[in-house]
Amino acid sequence: MEQAKTVVEMRNITKRFPGIVANDRVNFTLKKGEIHALLGENGAGKSTLMNILFGLYQPDEGEILVNGQRVDIDGPNKAIKLGIGMVHQHFKLVHPFTVTENIVLGSEPRKWLGLAVDRKLAREKVGKLSQQYGLNVDPNAKIDEISVGMQQRVEILKTLYRGADILIFDEPTAVLTPQEIGELLVIMRNLVSQGKSIILITHKLKEIMAIADRVTIVRRGKVIDSLPVAGTNPNQLAEKMVGREVSLMLDKKDAVPGEPILEVENLFVKGRQGLNALKGTTFSLRRGEILGIAGVEGNGQSELIEALTGLRPVASGSIKVGGSQVAGEKPRVISEAGISLIPEDRHKHGLVLDFPVRENMVLETYYQKPFNKRGFLDYEEIGKHAERLVKDFDVRTPSIQTDARALSGGNQQKAIIAREIDKNPDVLIAAQPTRGLDVGAIEFIHKRLVEQRNMGKAVLLVSYELDEIMQLSDRIAVIYEGRIVGEVRPSETNDQELGLMMTNIAPEQGGADRE
Amino acid sequence: MNKLLKAFTKESAVVPLIAILLGLIVGAIIMLLGGYDPILAYRSLLETVFGNRYDFAETLTAITPILFTGLAVAFAFRTGLFNIGAEGQYIMGMTGATIIGVTVHLPWYLHAPLAILVGAVFGGAWGLIAGYLKAARGVNEVITTIMLNWIALHLANYLVNRFLLEPGKGRSYMVDESASVALVSLSRFMDNARLHWGMFFALLAVVFFYVYLWRTKQGYELRVVGSNPDAAAYAGINVNRGIVKAMFISGALAGLAGVFQVLGVFHTQVISAGHTGHGFDGVAVALLGGNTPIGVLLGAILFGTLSYGAAGMSFGADVPPEIIRIVIGSVIFFVAAPGIIRWFMKLVSAKKRKEEAM
Repeated sequence: MEQAKTVVEMRNITKRFPGIVANDRVNFTLKKGEIHALLGENGAGKSTLMNILFGLYQPDEGEILVNGQRVDIDGPNKAIKLGIGMVHQHFKLVHPFTVTENIVLGSEPRKWLGLAVDRKLAREKVGKLSQQYGLNVDPNAKIDEISVGMQQRVEILKTLYRGADILIFDEPTAVLTPQEIGELLVIMRNLVSQGKSIILITHKLKEIMAIADRVTIVRRGKVIDSLPVAGTNPNQLAEKMVGREVSLMLDKKDAVPGEPILEVENLFVKGRQGLNALKGTTFSLRRGEILGIAGVEGNGQSELIEALTGLRPVASGSIKVGGSQVAGEKPRVISEAGISLIPEDRHKHGLVLDFPVRENMVLETYYQKPFNKRGFLDYEEIGKHAERLVKDFDVRTPSIQTDARALSGGNQQKAIIAREIDKNPDVLIAAQPTRGLDVGAIEFIHKRLVEQRNMGKAVLLVSYELDEIMQLSDRIAVIYEGRIVGEVRPSETNDQELGLMMTNIAPEQGGADRE
Repeated sequence: MNKLLKAFTKESAVVPLIAILLGLIVGAIIMLLGGYDPILAYRSLLETVFGNRYDFAETLTAITPILFTGLAVAFAFRTGLFNIGAEGQYIMGMTGATIIGVTVHLPWYLHAPLAILVGAVFGGAWGLIAGYLKAARGVNEVITTIMLNWIALHLANYLVNRFLLEPGKGRSYMVDESASVALVSLSRFMDNARLHWGMFFALLAVVFFYVYLWRTKQGYELRVVGSNPDAAAYAGINVNRGIVKAMFISGALAGLAGVFQVLGVFHTQVISAGHTGHGFDGVAVALLGGNTPIGVLLGAILFGTLSYGAAGMSFGADVPPEIIRIVIGSVIFFVAAPGIIRWFMKLVSAKKRKEEAM
C-alpha cells in the first residue's frame, strides 16, 4: 500500500449556475483504499462536485480520470459502470419490499431465459456480500421492519452489488444514533481494508477526525486545502472551512432556574397514522433554563411540538403556560399566551418563501397594531419592523423586499429566530434550530438561545443532534416512543449513556416510564 | 448578458411576450400550410380592430367579460385554488342580473345597482359551494367547479324557461330600461356599438384585486394560505375560512362578467345549448397574465382583440376564424411550458457566448 494508486482524479473542475460559480477550478484526488473527507459548509460546492462525479451534473470545464482513464460521465448509469456508487443522505428504498428485492432492483439475476427473477440466487448474492463486509443485514427482512441504520446498510449493499469500488457517502451520520454511527465507522474501515475507496461528504469535524485519512476543504466553490488528517485538529479545520476563527465551545454560565412556566402532564396525542404518538408525556420547564429533548427521530418529538403549539389536537392531558391551561387551543391563542416556535422545517412552517422578507417578519403579528390599521396593512410600519430585525439579528439580505426564497438557509433561519424572539415569548421552543446550517450560523443561533435563557426565558430545545443537546441544555429529557424515559444533566452523562437511553436499552432513571 | 439570462430564469413578463410571438408564428405556419397569406391575415385582424369606431368599441365590449373572468381565476389562484368554474359563476351572475332586471321594477339608481349586486352574489355563491366542499370535505375544487359549470348551465336554462321566458322567443323578457348599464350616448357616437359601464367596473376590479390582496389584512391572509397553507396554520390563520372566502370573491368577479353581459350588451338571457367559453378564456388570461392584475388586464386585451379580430381575418384574407383559436391555443401552450422558451433562449445565448469567446 506504499505507493497507493490514484482511482479518481478530478482536474480543474468548473461548474457555473446562473449567478454563482459552484465549483471554481477544483482539483480532487482519491487514492485506492483511503477515506477522503470532503468538508465544507452548506453551499460550499461539495455536493455539486460529487454530483458531477456521479454523473448528475456535467462540468463546464475540467476533466475526470477514473483509474487513469479520461472519462465522460454523462449519467449515473455511466458512473455505476465505472464502479462509482453513491449512498445518498435520503435513502431511496421501496418500503414494502424486502432487503434483497431492494438491492437487486433494476439488475436482477434472471432465470428461465430471462423471464423470471432468480430470487434464490439474489438472496445468496446479497447474503454473501453482507457477510463479506460485515454488514449483518437479513436479506429477507422488509425495509419497513428494519432500523434506519440497517436501511443505510441496504443502501451500501446496493452500491456493492452493482460492483462499486468507489463509494460516496453523503452526510451518512445525519440520521443515525451514536451507536449506529460507531457501527458505520467500523463498516467503513472494513470496506477500505478490502480495497474499496471512500469519499465522505460531511460538515462534522468529529467524524473526520475519527475516520478519515485525508480531508479536502471547500469554501465558496474553491478548494482551500487538502491535507492528511493526522497532522491537523478540529479548530484548524473549522477555521479553514469558515474562513475565520470560530469557537467550537459555547461559553455559557450556569443556569439560574426560576419558577416553572411550562408544565406538561400526562399528554396523549395521536400521530399521523392515528396511533398514539405521545403516551403520557410529562415534563416541566422553568424560567431561565434550557431543557433539551433528546431522542431518535420519530419518537414523538414532532407531535409534541405540534401539540404544544396548537397545530395538532390533544387527545388528553394538560399543557399549562404560566398556570393557565392551553391544551387543545388554537395556534393564535397559544402564541398570544407566550409560546413561540422556531419550527423544525423552516420551509414548510417557518416562512412563506415567495413572500418578501418584510412580510415574513409579521407572519404571526400582522393583525396587531401597529401593522394592521382598520383592515389595511401599514407597510411603512412593517418595513420599519423588518429593517430593525434584519439589523439586530444580522440577517444578510439584499433588501427587505427580497423574497425569502433567495436567502441562504442560515439567513432564513436567522429571520425566523429574529421574528420569534421579537415576540418576547415566555417559552421559546426551538426545534432542530440549526439543521443543515454552517458553523458560523450555528454559533450565532446557539448564542441567541443562551442569551434568551439568561434573560429569564424558558427554552425547550428539541434536536436529533446529540452534540447540540449536550452543548446547550441545562437539563436533558430523553424521549422514547412518546414518553420521557429519563432525565439527566449534561455534565453527568455522555454520548454512550444517552444513546442507550434513547434506544431504551438501559433505562437508567426510568421513573417516568412506569407512571 | 447576465441580466438578460436572469430575466428568463426568473418570473417575468418576457416569457409571455415570447409565448405570444411563438404563438403567432405557429398560426402563420399553419396558414402557410393551408395556402393562406399570414401577413395579410394578421393585417386584416388589426385593421378590423382599429379600423373604425364601431369595431374598436365592440372590441372593448369583447374584452370586458374575459377581464372579469381572468381576474376571478387569478384571484382564486393567489389563494392556491384552481377555479375552473368561472364559466358556471358567469352564468349564475347572468341569471341573478336577469331575475332582478326582469321581475323587479325600481328607479334606475336602485335597479341597476341591485341587479349588479345580486348577480355578483349569485356568482359568489356558486363559487362558495366549491369552496365549502373543499374546506369542509376536502373535495378537490377542480372537480367540483367543472361539475358546477354544467349544473349552472342547466339550472339557468330551467329558471329562464320556467319563470322568465318571453313566449315564443327562446329567451327571457328584456330587462327593464332602468336596469340597463349601457352607455347610450357614447354608444351612439361609436356607430351604435354596445358600450356599457362594465368596462369601467372591470378596471375598478383590477384595482380592487391589487389593493385587496396586497394592501389589506384579509388579502395578506389569503395570500399566505395560497402560498403556504402550513405556514398559514402555524401563523394562526384559519385556512378553511380563507378558502371559502376566496372562492366567494372569485365567483363574484366571474359573476360580474355575466352581469354586465346581460345588463350592458344583450339585455336578455337566452336559453343556451352550451357554454360561452368566457370562463375558460379566463383561465387562459390568468395564466398568460401570471396571475397579476396588470398581467391579467393585458392578457384580456390580447385575447379580446384576437377573438374579435378573427372575424375580420376571414373577411379580409379568407382565413377561417378558427385559426385564431390555434394561435390562442399555442400561446397558452408556450406560456404553460416556459421550459421550452428558456431552452430556446439558452440555445440562443449559448451560441452568442461562443461567438463572443471567439
